[in-house]
Amino acid sequence: MNKINEVRKPPVATTGIIGWLRINLFFNWTNSLITLFVIYCLYQFIPWILDWTIFSADFKYNYLGEQITNQEMCSRNLDPENGGACWAVIYVRFYQFIYGFYPKVEVWRVNIAYVMLALALLPLLYARLPYRKYFLYFTYIFPVIAYFLLNGGLGFAEVSTNKWGGLLVTLVLGCTGIALAFPIGIMLALGRRSKLPVISMMCTLFIEFIRGVPLITLLFFGMVMLPLFLPEGIDMDGLVRVLVAVTLFQSAYMAEVIRGGLQAIPPGQYEAAKSLGMSYWRMNLLIILPQAIRISIPPIVNTSIGLFKDTTLVIIVGILDLLGIGRGTLADTNWLGLSYEIYFFVSLVFFIFTFGMSRYSLYLEKKLKTGINMGAD
Amino acid sequence: MRSNLGFFSDEKFRSIFFQTLVVGLFALGLFFVISTTSYNLEKRNIATGWSFLQNPAGFDISFSPFLEFKSTDTHLKVYFVGVLNTLLVSVTGCIAATILGFILGIIRLSSNWLLSRLVYIYVEFSRNVPLLLQIILWYSILIQLPRVKQSLQILDVFYISNRGLYSPRPIFESGFSYVSIAIVLALISSFLINRWAKKRQDKTGQQFPVFSSSIGLIFIVPLILFFILGSPLSFEHPELKGFNFKGGLVIRPEFIAMFLALSIYTAAFISEIVRAGIMSVSKGQREASAAIGLKQTWIMRLIIIPQALRVIVPPLTSQYLNLTKNSSLGIAVGYADLVHGFGGISLNQTGQAIECMAIVMATYLSISLTISFFMNIYNRSIQFKEK
Repeated sequence: MNKINEVRKPPVATTGIIGWLRINLFFNWTNSLITLFVIYCLYQFIPWILDWTIFSADFKYNYLGEQITNQEMCSRNLDPENGGACWAVIYVRFYQFIYGFYPKVEVWRVNIAYVMLALALLPLLYARLPYRKYFLYFTYIFPVIAYFLLNGGLGFAEVSTNKWGGLLVTLVLGCTGIALAFPIGIMLALGRRSKLPVISMMCTLFIEFIRGVPLITLLFFGMVMLPLFLPEGIDMDGLVRVLVAVTLFQSAYMAEVIRGGLQAIPPGQYEAAKSLGMSYWRMNLLIILPQAIRISIPPIVNTSIGLFKDTTLVIIVGILDLLGIGRGTLADTNWLGLSYEIYFFVSLVFFIFTFGMSRYSLYLEKKLKTGINMGAD
Repeated sequence: MRSNLGFFSDEKFRSIFFQTLVVGLFALGLFFVISTTSYNLEKRNIATGWSFLQNPAGFDISFSPFLEFKSTDTHLKVYFVGVLNTLLVSVTGCIAATILGFILGIIRLSSNWLLSRLVYIYVEFSRNVPLLLQIILWYSILIQLPRVKQSLQILDVFYISNRGLYSPRPIFESGFSYVSIAIVLALISSFLINRWAKKRQDKTGQQFPVFSSSIGLIFIVPLILFFILGSPLSFEHPELKGFNFKGGLVIRPEFIAMFLALSIYTAAFISEIVRAGIMSVSKGQREASAAIGLKQTWIMRLIIIPQALRVIVPPLTSQYLNLTKNSSLGIAVGYADLVHGFGGISLNQTGQAIECMAIVMATYLSISLTISFFMNIYNRSIQFKEK
C-alpha cells in the first residue's frame, strides 16, 4: 500500500466539553480512577447533606405541622428515622442572634445603625462612587452617631452594653477595632521607622510584644489587670475593656502591614519631598502615606479578616457575641442538643462576612496589578 | 510657617527634645500606673510577690501526660504542666498541619480539576470560619460519641468513646534503654553518612544509597537488638471496669479537639503558602528538568521543592507562631494548657493577676522567639548560597 494513502486518525479533541473533560478529569488512568472515586464520594455525600440541611429539615414547623418552640418538637427528635436539621432554633432565637438582649422597643436604633454602617462603608469600598466626598464626610462622623444611637444619650434612652449581643457585638468589636487600629498602626509604623532611636525602640518593643503573645492573654489583661491600673471611681465598661485589648492587638499587626507598605516606597520620594522643603509630617501625610497605604490595602483587609474572626475570643471573657449567643442557646434546656444547627448558622454568618472581605481584597489586588488608579487614600 | 525659634530649628536639638519628652511622658505614665496599682492592690488585700507559686494548687488537672499531677501539688507545677500541654498540642499540631498542608497544596495544583476544586472549597471554609468555632465544633462532635460502654473499637485495641481515645500503653522493661540508645546512635550515624555521601558525590559523582542504608540503620539494627534482648516491651491494654476504662493510654477529647481544629485550620493556610511557593518556581525549571529526562517525582523532589522552600519558609514560620499562640484557645474546651491551667484556674484561686499574666505572657514571648530563632536558622540554610 502506498504511504500517502494511509489514513491517520484525527488528533484527540482538546477543546469543547469532551476535550475539557479529557484534559481536566480523565487525563490518564490514575487521574480517571481518582475522578471516579471523588464522584462516588460526592454522590454519597451531597444528597445526604442536602437532605439534612434542606429537604428533611424543619424551618418553622415540624412534620406534624406544629410550630416548633423547643427541641422536643423537632421532627428528628419526634421520629429519629426521618427528619434533618431543626432550623427552628435559629428562627425562634433570631432576634438574639442579631441584637442580643437589646430592648425590643429600642431595636429600631440598631437597625438604623446597621443601615448607616453599610452607607459609611460604601465610599471606602467603592472608589468610583458618585459624590464620594460627601459620603466620606458621613463615614467620618458615623462613629459618633453610632455611639449615641446604640449607647444612648442626646435624647435616646440609655441601653447598657451588657444588653448588647450577637451580631451587634461582633460588628461593633470588628469595626471599632479596625477603625481605631488604623491610625494607631500608622503612628506605630512611622515610629518604628523613625530616626529617633528611643521612639523607634519603644515602637518596636510594643509591636513585637503584642505580636508575641496570644490575643486571649491581652483580653485577660484588659479584663483582670486594667481595673487595677486605673484610679478608683473610673469603672470601665466590660465591652470597652475588651475593645482596648482588641485595638492594641490589631494596631500592632496593622503597623507591621503598613511598615511593609512604607518600605516599598522608593527613597527618591522622600528625597524629592525633602528637597521641596516639606517638614516630616507634611512629607508623610501628603507624599509617603497615601502611596504606602494604597499598596498595603490588600494586606490590611487580610489582617482585618483575621481580627473579625478573632472577635469570637471575647466569649472567653464573658461577652456574648454571635458565637456566645449560640453557646448560650445551647445551654438552654429548650434547645439542648442542637449544636450542629447552631454552629452551622454561626459559621455561615462568619463565612459570608470573611469570604466577602477576602474576595474584595483579591479584587483590589487585581486592580492594583493592572495599575488603575484607585483613588483610595 | 517655619518657626524661627533659632535653636528649635536645629535638628539635633529637636531630636533630643522630642525623645526626652517621650521618655518623660512614658515614665510619668508608668509612675501613675504603678502607684494606682499598688494602691488598688493594698485596698483589695492582695500581696504581691512570687511566694504563691509554692502554695498547693488544690485542684486537679485531667490531662497531664508527662507529669503526675495531684491536687496537693504547687502552682509552680501547674505552670509546668501547662507549658508542657501547650508545647504538646503546638508541636503535634505543627507537624500534622505541615504534612496536611503540603499534601493539600500539591493536590490543589494537580491537573485533576475535581480534586483541586475540592481542596479549594476546604481551604476557603477552613480559613473563613473562626478557629474558636472550629475548636468548639470538634469538641461537641467528640463528646457526642457513644458512651464508654458502647465505645467504638478499632482492631480490638483502640477504643473511642466520649471520654476520649483509649489505646494500649507501652511498658518499657529494663533492656529497652539499650534499644533507644541504638536508635539514637543510628540516627546520628545516618546523618553522618548523609553528609559524607553528599561530599563524595560532589567530588567524584559517585552516588551512595543513603536512603536504604539509613532505613536499615534506624529500623533494622534496633529491631534485631530488640529481639536479642528478649523483646523488653509489653503493652498494658485498657480494660472496661465499671463505668470507665482502667489502664492503657488515654487521649482526652479536649486534646483531640484542639489537635484536629488547630491542624486542620492551619493546614488550610499552609496549603495556600505551599501552592504560592510552588507556583513561584518558573515553568522553565520544570521543562528543563523534564528535558534532561528526570522522572516526575524527581523533578518535584530535586528541582521544584528546594526552590519553592525559599518562598515557603518565611510565611510558614509565622503560621507556626500563629498555631502556638492559637493553642491558647484550649481554655474554651477545658484543655489544661498554660492559659487555662495557670492563667485561668491558678489566677482565680490565688488572685495574683499581675504575676500570673506576666508569667504567661513572658512564656509565650519566649516560645515565639525560640520558634523564630530556629526557623531563621533553617531559612538561612535553604537560601541561595552565593559563591
